[in-house]
Amino acid sequence: MEQFLTFFFEYKEAIFIIALSIFVGIEVISNVPAVLHTPLMSGANAISGVIIIGGIILVGHADLSKFSLDLVLGILALIFGTLNVVGGFAVTDRMLEMFKKKKK
Amino acid sequence: MDKVLGTLNGIEFTVGDTLLELSYLIAALLFVFGLKLLSHPETARRGNLWAAGGMGLAMITTLLLHKNSAGEGISITNIWIILCAIGVGAAIGWMVARKVKMTAMPQLVSLYNATGGGASMLVALLEYPAAMAGDIQSILVTVLGLIIGAVAFSGSLIAFGKLDGRVGDIMKPFMTYINLVLMVSTLALAVFIVISPNPPSEMMWAIYGLTALSLIYGVMFVMPIGGADMPVVISLLNSFTGIAAAMAGFIYNNQAMILGGILVGAAGMILTLLMCKAMNRSLINVIIGAFGGGGAALDREQGNIKEITLSDAAVLLSYSQKVVVIPGYGLAVAQAQHIAHELDSLLESKGVDVKYAIHPVAGRMPGHMNVLLAEADVPYEQLVEMDNINPDMPNVDVAIVIGANDVVNPAAYDDPSSPIYGMPIIDAHLAKNIIIMKRGMGKGYAGIENFLFFNDKTRMLFGDAKKSITSLVSEIKSM
Repeated sequence: MEQFLTFFFEYKEAIFIIALSIFVGIEVISNVPAVLHTPLMSGANAISGVIIIGGIILVGHADLSKFSLDLVLGILALIFGTLNVVGGFAVTDRMLEMFKKKKK
Repeated sequence: MDKVLGTLNGIEFTVGDTLLELSYLIAALLFVFGLKLLSHPETARRGNLWAAGGMGLAMITTLLLHKNSAGEGISITNIWIILCAIGVGAAIGWMVARKVKMTAMPQLVSLYNATGGGASMLVALLEYPAAMAGDIQSILVTVLGLIIGAVAFSGSLIAFGKLDGRVGDIMKPFMTYINLVLMVSTLALAVFIVISPNPPSEMMWAIYGLTALSLIYGVMFVMPIGGADMPVVISLLNSFTGIAAAMAGFIYNNQAMILGGILVGAAGMILTLLMCKAMNRSLINVIIGAFGGGGAALDREQGNIKEITLSDAAVLLSYSQKVVVIPGYGLAVAQAQHIAHELDSLLESKGVDVKYAIHPVAGRMPGHMNVLLAEADVPYEQLVEMDNINPDMPNVDVAIVIGANDVVNPAAYDDPSSPIYGMPIIDAHLAKNIIIMKRGMGKGYAGIENFLFFNDKTRMLFGDAKKSITSLVSEIKSM
């Protein structure tokens, strides 16, 4: 019990963020019409590319004085993350473009 | 930028540090706002751009303002390397996204989800050695990010392969047990790593083993799931990618990553459940994959199949007042959406009222059919969702079912033994006449007989959907 309480106190900010984000995520999505399921999935997918920030930090502080496998993998992570972000937003935009065309 | 503003918990913070956190707050708000706008048809496109803007902001400020624990910023050389990597990824991502065919959209989403999961996996793998021995919390988030990212990576790749027709379904009863064993051993190894007091440098064998196990589990997890359920799985894996990104956010104590990741995790989970609901299936059911075959035990007088000639179909359609087109995946496969639009404009010019009835899971993903028809320039107003068209069905003169099967199967109403019993369907059987365009007498995804084909009001038009509609169009024109 004590351990649990310590854990909660140390990570209280994070736990608040998680709890509220889950709520916001559910709330924001719950009334979406079926028409938008695919674009929404694709858009959310692009947002999950936020891991790219991690990639930037990783490679940003990498030691460049010697060649290492870690550096190569870090760069690969960055490329993967960018694919997710740029590709994801671009595909979503292309899908939504088609809906918009009809509205004129 | 380097001006010290004050100290917090004994650590100095500068103008740059503050601006960085402020930009993360703005990015996080843009994610939430973007997602909100994305769920309404009128604002969806703007929402996507807002979220993209948030991402761009967070990337730029991280590049310029981020400092490591020693207080060093990112050096110029590192910035160049990062920009090159981002340039490569962006160029490929952009080109593929612009060029790919609309019908291939679902597998592309899956592929991009795989890259996101892969990035999370790599980041966790590379950050693990930096963890302090016995620091249970940071090792826990690293290990979770690694497992979830790896499963999302390999699972999404398999889902991509399946949707693209490169990987077939392998469904063996014993696979459930293999998966169970894999899952238990992955979790056991994870617990072992987390509670081990050894420094990470002595645990690298375990972390590589964990990566391998998670990757294999991802493959085995998606392998037995049937093609029709792929959208649900992709949505689920999308949710995983979000959670993996959030775990990586904990490694860096980065609020934008945590919020963005959890947001996608929660939204993806809800979307997954919404899709399951549209198909009247539980998530467990989808994952275990107990679909297809079986059922259809109800013995019924099959009756006869009646075909219709092109000229009869042309006459029937031209002299109708109300026609409803019910498109299914077969229409997308035959690439018949453009010619279908030609048919509906032709009929409209003859004074026939034509509507498209869209089942929530028509196509390969929910909403996919709308995208395909929108691409073919079918006006938005002509697409009617299932719940809105059903009450009107008895007034419809002709329902044309193109490449759809399970979504019009009346067994969903009256055959409790059928696997699709209870699934909402489009009430094609209530229309005055029904024309079914089909390649042959094959069964739908669910692998069950459709008694609509034997209905007295039903006429079959066999052949490739695109060819059939093309001939139908010229037949009507020559009348």
